[in-house]
Amino acid sequence: MTTTGRRQDTKPARKLPWILEFYRSDVAKKWIMAVSGVILLGYIAAHMLGNMKVFFGPEEINEYGESLRDLGGHLVPRTHLLWIMRIGLTAAFAVHIHAAYSLTRTNLQARGRIRYDVPREYLAANYASRTMRWSGVIVILFVLFHLADLTWGTANPDFVRGEVYDNMVASFERLPVAIIYIAANLALGLHILHGVWSLFQSVGANNELYNKWRRYLAWGFTAVIVLGNLSFPIAVQVGIIS
Amino acid sequence: MDLTLKVWRQDGPGKPGEFKEYEAKGISPDSSFLEMLDVVNERLVEAGEVPIEFDHDCREGICGTCGVMINGHPHGDQKGTATCQLHMRRFSDGDRIVIEPWRATGMPVMRDLIVDRSPLDRIVEAGGYISVNTGGAPDANLIPVPKPAAESSMDAAACIGCAACIAACPNSAGQLFTSAKLAHLNLLPQGQPERYERTIAMVEKMEEFFGSCTNHGECEEACPKSISIDNIALMNRDYIVAKFKDRRKAGQT
Repeated sequence: MTTTGRRQDTKPARKLPWILEFYRSDVAKKWIMAVSGVILLGYIAAHMLGNMKVFFGPEEINEYGESLRDLGGHLVPRTHLLWIMRIGLTAAFAVHIHAAYSLTRTNLQARGRIRYDVPREYLAANYASRTMRWSGVIVILFVLFHLADLTWGTANPDFVRGEVYDNMVASFERLPVAIIYIAANLALGLHILHGVWSLFQSVGANNELYNKWRRYLAWGFTAVIVLGNLSFPIAVQVGIIS
Repeated sequence: MDLTLKVWRQDGPGKPGEFKEYEAKGISPDSSFLEMLDVVNERLVEAGEVPIEFDHDCREGICGTCGVMINGHPHGDQKGTATCQLHMRRFSDGDRIVIEPWRATGMPVMRDLIVDRSPLDRIVEAGGYISVNTGGAPDANLIPVPKPAAESSMDAAACIGCAACIAACPNSAGQLFTSAKLAHLNLLPQGQPERYERTIAMVEKMEEFFGSCTNHGECEEACPKSISIDNIALMNRDYIVAKFKDRRKAGQT
């Protein structure tokens, strides 16, 4: 039988450890993307909610930054829990990105070089689902900028470690930076709009009882996150926070 | 009806191909899409040219042999219809119709509009069966099957294996086909003993040929049998469960 259409066979010569064996499958990669996506979504929600403290004044938000380092109270050495969270988060990012990269390569290969002559008229796929790869790239580039801006301070000349409120104002006062934040959060919105719905399919959570609620949840969650995140640069720009 | 066809012509597997334009004059609006191609081919033969090759068999929408990309839509833009059941009244006089073969690395073009769909057979071979005892036919309804489960299984079994789902998928993924074949058996009591072995075998065979699902849902729209992407979720869940299942305990329910 013909095997001309077979995707490049990359089966390793010897059996891999079970976790790598599991990760070789595309379906498993999507499951891992869904699980790491949930972790990242949880982080995004907590991050947005915590930053809301900026509307309650400098003491509130600076205290918030300080208590992140004190997480665990007297049970854990200072900043240890924060570092565990940071490592976990980085791992979730890394695996999410690697799976996306690997699946994209697979899919381009599966699709082949010859495309249809007639431009596709998409019936079910929406803008968000078709731009996942692009919105994902925008989000990761933004995350790096965001870290340089408000964590390391390298992209923010007025950065003072620990002065969360002042740093935020100093950063968002610059109009180009505010625009970058707004644009990146819209890209993030597109990414999680498809992601929140899609992860239910990837883990196989499908039930007639709640199927349509998966779409509602995606819209609701995205709306809350995007509006919340946009409120910070906009508030600084219009002078509500200064 | 007078039509202009723009058809993909290719001499053989791996050979370069190109689009050629054909006039199709005096086509009856009552003819099916394949009958229209028959008329065009008869004229080509009379003119001493090589006819356009396309796959077809039952011509009543149940075998899944036919299927071409018509103006960018698998099986044309009529929902839930195979190419053979698409009628020319769906088009208007003077239309220009672009006819292309399915495109996917896993299904290379054999000739003109015919692609090699044998990877679908490989997927079914990998696990699309159940074990039954030989001997006399068992009594009907010996194994009770809940009605909604029987219906869902039957809906999945409606898959005719035409590969429109793969053709429609921006990732050339074979998920809708494979999940339909899996759901057909995995949803029934008779399919339980091999459920997890079957899921792993068929999914991994699928992944040798096709892309991965990004949950666009284009396949469901293209499917001439309107098979739901709910089956894909079922397949994903069964695959993950299967991967972590302790097979020694498989006898427990």
